Amino acid sequence: MTDTRRVTEPSEPVIEARGLHFRAGASHILRGIDLTVEHGEVVALLGANGSGKSTLVKSLVGINTPSEGSVRLLGEPLGAGGRGSRVDWSRIGYVPQRSGAGGGIPSTAQEVVASGLLHGRRLRLPRGWRQQVAVALEQVGLADRVHDPVHLLSGGQQQRILIARALVREPDLLVLDEPVAGVDMASQEAFAATMKRLVDGGLTVLVVLHELGELEPLVTRAVVLRHGKVVHDGAPPPARHDHDRAGHRHQHPHADDNALDAESRALDLEVRP
Amino acid sequence: MIMLMLTDPFMQRALIAALLVGVTAPVVGTYLVQRKLSLLGDGIGHVALTGVALGWLVGAGMGLTPNDALAIPGAVVAAVVGSVLIEVVRRRGRTSGDLALAIMFYGGIAGGVLLIGIAGGSSGNLMQYLFGSISTVSDADLWLTVVLSLVVLTVGVGLRHALFAVSHDEDFATASGLPVWALNVVVAVVSALTVTVAMRVVGLLLVSALMIVPVAIAQQVTHAFGRTMLTASVVGVVVCVTGLSITYWYNVSPGATIVVLAIGVYAVVSMLAPLLGRRRPVHDPHPDLPDDVDLPAAATERAAAAAKECR
Repeated sequence: MTDTRRVTEPSEPVIEARGLHFRAGASHILRGIDLTVEHGEVVALLGANGSGKSTLVKSLVGINTPSEGSVRLLGEPLGAGGRGSRVDWSRIGYVPQRSGAGGGIPSTAQEVVASGLLHGRRLRLPRGWRQQVAVALEQVGLADRVHDPVHLLSGGQQQRILIARALVREPDLLVLDEPVAGVDMASQEAFAATMKRLVDGGLTVLVVLHELGELEPLVTRAVVLRHGKVVHDGAPPPARHDHDRAGHRHQHPHADDNALDAESRALDLEVRP
Repeated sequence: MIMLMLTDPFMQRALIAALLVGVTAPVVGTYLVQRKLSLLGDGIGHVALTGVALGWLVGAGMGLTPNDALAIPGAVVAAVVGSVLIEVVRRRGRTSGDLALAIMFYGGIAGGVLLIGIAGGSSGNLMQYLFGSISTVSDADLWLTVVLSLVVLTVGVGLRHALFAVSHDEDFATASGLPVWALNVVVAVVSALTVTVAMRVVGLLLVSALMIVPVAIAQQVTHAFGRTMLTASVVGVVVCVTGLSITYWYNVSPGATIVVLAIGVYAVVSMLAPLLGRRRPVHDPHPDLPDDVDLPAAATERAAAAAKECR
């Protein structure tokens, strides 16, 4: 292992998945997926609920072990469960779909974001971690919440904590699973601005989305999944005509988001131009 | 009177053991509560009983005196094997952790009683392990307690950020390339060592209480992981040492006294905690951000008024 490992050859894909299958019991969720993401690209992964987007993303970062096929991250093969692999995890940031993650003990924003500084064989926090955590929280606009327990923050704020946790290690590749679902417009704009700055600095992004929204100007390519297969790989497709493109900005709230869904849908009628 | 207690060599050993257990058990308990495995300590405790009997059986076979010389090493081995086994079952995901724990409970007790009979003892011999016998702590026992406690504390505190990361969000830890399986086994092994350390003080049946109740108390007063662990350890030391001291003057079971005291503290703190919380100044948690919609003029005015009220 030499220093050259730190620099991915520009010709070498950042993510390279070949013939990826994933089965969970009787359900065949991914059915032969080939996906390549090159350095500097911003690839949107689109598809309806249940089309396999999250399963694919989890297979790409080592959470799901594929039933068949191979994944290479930053030029290195991904071993089973990520163990024993030579992948440089310090360069990869993953933002899971908002979940009930978090254990039986409340923890502060600082503690959760700091856990993003651990990766690979690094099991202890580096010097100056508090400063790094503060910078990451600043990027998602939650600098003043550093000592607040995460479980008392709103759903959208918790989502932004997860983004900060991925950003804190200053990754070269960011893999995001619906990062802006349930995040308010001002925060989405701030998030898009942060992403733009990072992408201009050379960040490669794979992002699961329902619609391109605020990230649209950044997205260079779209991959659409259907029934566990790639059905489109190329220019971002226009939204369906019933989603009036010009002024259309709303995020579809998830059914399980909160009880205010009905109310927020009603407000969607007067989305600003 | 306190000087009298502190100069008693039996009491000195017992106090040091109680102090170590008081610090150690809540550190490990914090991770167990974090993973929602509060009852893991109980499961390990039951399996350790089989280890005690097994040690007794081997000791008797080798003609060792006293014939329980291998009881504690036996408990350490059985507890470590049992806890790793639970982790394997949990990882495979075939059996739920809950069911695996239940099977360990029954198997551990039944195995212990069966083996002690074969070894020529009676289930009465197991009582001191089930309920603790801190007053019979020997110098050798104390050294084992010191060494095991130091191992547990070094790992539990030294690796706290990594163990927190794995306990908090296992998927994210995996996607960070952390050695998740190894860290899970570390938590399991450290829990097993803690159970055997605490066995002499409170007994296998009450071990888990020392790991969990101080954490439950700490949670009433703090909302951060690190502080929960620290507070729980302080509470653990206070209840262990206080409980043991009480038994110097009153002839009651040290283990039971410590646990009842801890639960008493829990009850008092949970009644007082809301009162303490009220002293903090009320603040407005809402960020002052524009809405995602254009509001009519009247609503904008009301929003400005609401913001003013909160300031």
